[in-house]
Amino acid sequence: MIASSLRANDTDGSAFVVELSHFTGPLDLLLSLIRDEHVDIYDIPIARIAEQFLARISTLALDEAADYLEMAARLLRIKAQMLLPGANGEETWEDPRAELVRRLLEYQQMREVVDLLERRGEERRHQFNRRWVPQAADFAPASVPLALSLGELLAAVDRVLRIAKEPVLHDVVPRTLDVAGAMSSIRLLLAMRRAARWNDLLNRDAEPWQILSVLLALLELAKLGELRIAQSRPFASVEVESRDVVSEAA
Amino acid sequence: MTSLAKLLEAALFAAARPISLESLATLDVESSPAALAAAIDELREHYEVDGHGVELVEQGGGWQILTRAEFAEAIERAQVAVRPTRLSAAALETLAIIAYRQPIGRAEVEEIRGVAVGSVLKSLHERGLIDIVGRGEGMGRPLLYGTTPQFLEQFALRHLEELPRADELAIALRGAGNAVVTE
Repeated sequence: MIASSLRANDTDGSAFVVELSHFTGPLDLLLSLIRDEHVDIYDIPIARIAEQFLARISTLALDEAADYLEMAARLLRIKAQMLLPGANGEETWEDPRAELVRRLLEYQQMREVVDLLERRGEERRHQFNRRWVPQAADFAPASVPLALSLGELLAAVDRVLRIAKEPVLHDVVPRTLDVAGAMSSIRLLLAMRRAARWNDLLNRDAEPWQILSVLLALLELAKLGELRIAQSRPFASVEVESRDVVSEAA
Repeated sequence: MTSLAKLLEAALFAAARPISLESLATLDVESSPAALAAAIDELREHYEVDGHGVELVEQGGGWQILTRAEFAEAIERAQVAVRPTRLSAAALETLAIIAYRQPIGRAEVEEIRGVAVGSVLKSLHERGLIDIVGRGEGMGRPLLYGTTPQFLEQFALRHLEELPRADELAIALRGAGNAVVTE
């Protein structure tokens, strides 16, 4: 209802996807489904509603919005819980939908207030007060002790930070990896031996940058199609074969 | 008009914001509260009966002289004054929750609305409709928000109690009342 009548010129909503699609959030969408389907909010046919919810968020291209996905997951979980029989008989069975119903009612109640605020705000927008706003300086002689609320202080800090925006400086570390060098030494080794193990490519006391260089070189060569990388089992030493051997074998 | 009513008119004309009854009382310390109330009534009726372009309105914790709604369009067309932009549905929802549950932290607002509200809170704060009123007890001592006098003014509310009580709303929460939601 209001979601459609209240199309905002305001672009402040964090979930802009939501604004675009005329829903302010997953609860709004859920309520509109429940209304459209004419179902009792205390006895929601969860399987049907969950299905429709999923359909709607995909057709509305909302599926990237995490809030909607979270609700979708919640609905599916409730659906699964509904299928489970009560563990200790009927008495202790708690409706898995109870929490959702509570949230929906709470949300709907809040929406009534939104309607009210919207009406009042719209009326008030048609009345102007005087524009003259006293300069703060007129009212704050130096003798008055500084009285600040936390909010005012934070707002001031925020303003200062926004004005004095320091450029973000990154320490750029020179790239010490020698991928090209590692590539040529692997090529050299494979030209002599055709196959090698990871351990053969590195010295026992290799520095981290050397290990990284060899790793990147291997991946690069594999991408270029010059060699094939294999592992007999998880965590086994990596075996490297020259691509020529592979093609000969095949 | 009585001289007290004229004095009130002058003060209200000079002020841009609503003036509280207490502040109005300081205009003339000799006058009794009853005389003050009578003078306010007199001024309001003066605008009402004689037909003026402005009216005396009680809102935002005080009294204020406002232009009559029927002239809004012409005034705006002539670019004498501009109406404030409407709030988005998301902003109104957030504001409604804060108005009822204040002081309230961001996490609780998000719990009720089911979406992240960080940037909405920021823009409401920038518009002066909400303010930080303290810090919560929970983890990380979250900032707690409440509404401002500006909020009352912008929604033509005399005070917060003018909003319907939670149990007066058509859909009352079963038993939950006004309890703050906790996860």
